[in-house]
Amino acid sequence: MTKSTIIKGASRRSILQQFGAAAIGMSFVGGAAGCSPGGGGAPVVNFYNWDTYIGPTTLDDFKAATGTEVRMSLFATNDELFARLRAGNPGYDVIVPSNEFVTRMSEAQMLEPLDRAKIPNFANLLPEFQDAAFDPGRRYSMPYTWLVLGIAYRKSAMPAGFVPDSWKWLFDSDQFSQKIALLSESADLIRLCAKYLGHSVNGIPDEMLTQIEQMLIRQKPHIKAFHEDNGQDMLLARDVDLVLEYNGDIAQVMEEDADIDFLVPTEGSLLNSDCLCIPVGAPNLEGAHAFINYLLDGEAGSEITKEILYPTPNAAARALMDDSYKNNPVIFPPADRLAKCEYGAFEGAEKAQQFEELITRVRAA
Amino acid sequence: MEQTWKQAKAAFGVVLTPPAFWLVAFFLVPMAVIWAYSFGENQGLADIALTGTFANYFRALEPLYVGIFIKSVIIAGATTLICLIIGFPVALAIAFASPRAKAWLLLLIMLPFWTNLLIRTYALIAVLRTEGYVNFGVEWLWNNASGLMTLVGLQPLGAFEPLELLHNNFAVIFGLVYVHLPFMVLPLYSALDRMDRSLMEASLDLGAGHMRTIMGVVVPLAAPGIASGILITFIPALGAYLTPDLLGGPDSQMIANVIERQFKRANDWPFGAALSFLLMYLTFFAIAVQALIESRAKKRGVG
Repeated sequence: MTKSTIIKGASRRSILQQFGAAAIGMSFVGGAAGCSPGGGGAPVVNFYNWDTYIGPTTLDDFKAATGTEVRMSLFATNDELFARLRAGNPGYDVIVPSNEFVTRMSEAQMLEPLDRAKIPNFANLLPEFQDAAFDPGRRYSMPYTWLVLGIAYRKSAMPAGFVPDSWKWLFDSDQFSQKIALLSESADLIRLCAKYLGHSVNGIPDEMLTQIEQMLIRQKPHIKAFHEDNGQDMLLARDVDLVLEYNGDIAQVMEEDADIDFLVPTEGSLLNSDCLCIPVGAPNLEGAHAFINYLLDGEAGSEITKEILYPTPNAAARALMDDSYKNNPVIFPPADRLAKCEYGAFEGAEKAQQFEELITRVRAA
Repeated sequence: MEQTWKQAKAAFGVVLTPPAFWLVAFFLVPMAVIWAYSFGENQGLADIALTGTFANYFRALEPLYVGIFIKSVIIAGATTLICLIIGFPVALAIAFASPRAKAWLLLLIMLPFWTNLLIRTYALIAVLRTEGYVNFGVEWLWNNASGLMTLVGLQPLGAFEPLELLHNNFAVIFGLVYVHLPFMVLPLYSALDRMDRSLMEASLDLGAGHMRTIMGVVVPLAAPGIASGILITFIPALGAYLTPDLLGGPDSQMIANVIERQFKRANDWPFGAALSFLLMYLTFFAIAVQALIESRAKKRGVG
């Protein structure tokens, strides 16, 4: 456990994201490698993944089992992944976009339909993950992990017996003034505000967007920072007492600090799911299918899950995990709360730009 | 005999070709592409139609974005001013140090460049945060002072309240000054180092005080160095995005943050391109002003 604590503290989305240029450099290497597949050597699968998002021996195990080498390169945000592929696939075979981007990329004809016959381990998935609204019939994507946003907080900083189980404490209250950090992801933020106001995270009408904008401007003096998905770090360092974060990130830091807890508010929240997809133009379609199938294997999946501690949609992998993972209420929040959670749907490019401008206005106000 | 390049055209051409190729292929061409995008429209998710529209520029000139530009100029301006105030004495001291010390001092100025900007910024977070080194130090002093006062029989100080140093505009300017100070010191140093010392001696001999010598003789002579120091600090500070992202609070957004979000989250490259080029025009303007100052200084030097 201690070995990888530092790496775990840095979530898949945090450190690399800031490197910007460095990250592009890394993906360039990956792309260049993909341009010359093999040339006579062993077959190769080029895997474009999030940072700290694979088991320590997964890639070697796959090579031992199949003889196919996996070359992994890393991206930090879905936007980066999309930007890399929008001008054409530079040679990747397997990518890991989140739900909304699965829709976006399939709409832009950037994804290859999956051949279910080559992925028998599909049967390992929990029934609720065998179909998805963002990818009807799972034509283009296989679920790899799922995540839920919620409120992480420092227990000792709360009034006695108080649990911040409403979005109110983040979006619409001065009780924890200057002790709040929100995620700087515009769409997520706006969707959760809509959830707080009693609306679905999708199809938010324009009047409600105005209302959300006013609410956030009103709340701004009480917000310490918009964090770049390093909220767990700010909470750990006591910069803030309440933070909007992903459950997986908080499960990792709770191993270091018992004074931190996480909950999904009563109003419900926003689900995310990172999915395995094959981009159009993948040089090694056969190998890509085999690799996706391997990642959905129970044994391999549990090795990955032990390392990254994110919720797995894989029943076979979960069955192999120990109880401290299976019964962790942070990794697997209570079913009644999860029932109120929704996936954010991709609602067109204009909507994304509208969200972005709204947050720009809030920050400039 | 000194030769001008006209007498060795072939050699000059050979030497010039690689950098010229580099400049065209990796700077001018990509810039031209972005410039063209700024007159384009999004078509679907991944395509941009170059329609020659000015809509992106009109949108960029809305009060919201102009306000952000102004704020960025103010932050970058404050950064530059502070760098100048801190950097000038430092450059002066280095210029007058012994040759041996000079080499070491210059090395110290350049040392931070050996570390990645991101690492340095994260280090600043560790220094400034609520439970950071500054607050540890202040808390220690506070508690000791408090203990001392009780010893003397006075009321102890109240409980220690940590200073809020991070996640505000102060932190952004502090971070920008920290990162950009070498950019100011180096051109100032090179201007001051080349200066004719006898002019200063003359000024002092003729009865001017130290302050008057600096303001009346050194500063005017170093004006081109000061101008290029200001420019070379101001331009990157204006385009900073990592520092406001990591050290800033909810309202510390600078124009580069907005541009970054257009290219990534908003997936609106034409608008991002238009904002980038507005920033570029501002930069050209600053360079033009600097060139003007330099040519005036030269004229004065000759005349």
